[in-house]
Amino acid sequence: MSMDLIIEAKDVAKWYGAFQVLKDINLTVRKGERIVVCGPSGSGKSTLIRCFNRLEAHQKGEITVNGITLHDRMRNVAEVRKNVGMVFQHFNLFPHMTVLMNCMVGPMWIKGASAVEAKKIALRFLERVRIPEQANKYPVQLSGGQQQRVAIARSLCMEPAVMLFDEPTSALDPEMVSEVLDTMTSLARDGMTMVCVTHEMGFARAVADRVIFMNSGQIVEEGNPEAFFTNPQHDRTKLFLSQILKH
Amino acid sequence: MLYPDTVEAEVLVHKPWFVVTMFAVILAIFLAFNLTGTTMGELMRPVIGDPLQSGLYGRFAVAFVVAVIFSLNVVLIGFAPLKIQIAIVWFELLLLFLAFFETFHLSLPFIWEKLPFLITQGAVTTLYVSAISIVIASVIAILGAVAKLSTNGFAYAIASFYTSFFRGLPLLMQVYLIYLGLPQLGFVIDAVPAGILALSLCYGAYMTEIFRSGIQSIDRGQWEASRSIGFGFGITMRRIILPQALPVIIPPTGNQFISMLKDSSLVSVIGVWELMFLARTLGQKSFQHMEMLISTALIYWIMSICLELIQSRIERHYARSKVR
Ligand SMILES: Nc1ncnc2c1ncn2[C@@H]1O[C@H](COP(=O)(O)OP(=O)(O)O)[C@@H](O)[C@H]1O
Ligand SMILES: [Mg+2]
Repeated sequence: MSMDLIIEAKDVAKWYGAFQVLKDINLTVRKGERIVVCGPSGSGKSTLIRCFNRLEAHQKGEITVNGITLHDRMRNVAEVRKNVGMVFQHFNLFPHMTVLMNCMVGPMWIKGASAVEAKKIALRFLERVRIPEQANKYPVQLSGGQQQRVAIARSLCMEPAVMLFDEPTSALDPEMVSEVLDTMTSLARDGMTMVCVTHEMGFARAVADRVIFMNSGQIVEEGNPEAFFTNPQHDRTKLFLSQILKH
Repeated sequence: MLYPDTVEAEVLVHKPWFVVTMFAVILAIFLAFNLTGTTMGELMRPVIGDPLQSGLYGRFAVAFVVAVIFSLNVVLIGFAPLKIQIAIVWFELLLLFLAFFETFHLSLPFIWEKLPFLITQGAVTTLYVSAISIVIASVIAILGAVAKLSTNGFAYAIASFYTSFFRGLPLLMQVYLIYLGLPQLGFVIDAVPAGILALSLCYGAYMTEIFRSGIQSIDRGQWEASRSIGFGFGITMRRIILPQALPVIIPPTGNQFISMLKDSSLVSVIGVWELMFLARTLGQKSFQHMEMLISTALIYWIMSICLELIQSRIERHYARSKVR
């Protein structure tokens, strides 16, 4: 396996009871690659990226993340997770901690950083998402867009090898979407490896190296954004694109 | 505080219909009982003459005066700000209560003589037995809650068996079972540890449910965020989930503590010298049961009031972090 493969999924399948959510997923993410995953609701996008940090377990096939193969008996899940940042649709900040503390706990409790070091790291990444002035507030005191940027900073504080985004803007009011997308775009410019589930097609065009289209648990189409948007191959993709680009 | 659905400017107790109705009801109630023979009648002697001879007129006069005083009192309190209203009503109810106890003609010297022992021996024992038990019960409750939420069949089975058993038996019976039953198995156990064990196990079972629902009330997104950073189960539980669950857990736990304070009286049956035990035994020799029972009741009450105050303090502390 070449060293610059961050995520490699081979013939991955997953079931919820009798219902198959993922079918024969084959996907590789190389270092520095930006991948956008889209597809209709319920097609398994969230499930797929949640398998990459083992918030969900897959049942067939093989997933290797940063050189570690994920399987049922593994004892080093934390090792995988600290190298994989995850940003959720609903931010999931820790409401009982200040913004600063939200960002400090990872370095402190996982990497054993001292409070002083952790604070330095946290402030660096809060500046990176351009809200260092909110450091001492509690999450409820921030707008949705600010909270999502804090969530991004919290993940960055672990200095992960890859960032996973699960519809990071779909819970936001429209005027806050762009501040989050700007943050993500600037992350991409800096060479962060990213897998984003999103329906923001402008973002996909501007940033993605590859767009992946999923439908009922399968990867239906995969290509560079230009080809994907201008010349989709499958009927399902055409239908989906016509639906989300109509407005 | 409830949210009123309309803004009501007028005070209920100042509405004429309410005042009239209240007056009529009180008058009717006191007319139904003949109070001329009581202290009330004695106080009215200048107006009604010899209370016992005053007949229907005296009866009416007493009821009338009572109704006037009562209604006036209520209307006047209606003018005060909320906090003062509450204080006055509390104070008046307390006075009525004391007046009721007064009718027992308690021997105060006897109470004063026994009170120090009642407090240093009885109240102290009650307090430390309950305090130790609540700590052990909380530990049991956390373990039980985690077990009940786990996917491990053994853990779940043991935890649910435990809660079912100890919630299903009367506490008094558990006290007997532990004190008398354990020696059968070869563990001779003192009365105090037996009492603490029984209380801890019983309340641990109830609090397991409180902790479980508190933990479950936390959004699963919090678990996912914590796990995705790489935190293990221990850190996630201690640093992320429990701190958020505490505001949900503390009010019912406070109730449990107050209720445990009183249920600790059940360990008196195995001869622990706590409040209830002393209340029953101290007055026995001189047949002054009422004195001891009433003083003990007051001590219990004062202790739970202290706990209520502490509880509302803690609740306010947690409410502060929710202010936006
Ligand atoms: N915990 C679960 N149990 C059963 N079915 C689930 C569970 N989570 C998701 N699903 C189902 O799996 C499918 C894919 O879900 P998801 O990955 O969330 O889709 P997407 O993110 O593309 O909208 C959906 O049909 C959903 O109903
Ligand atoms: Mg989803």
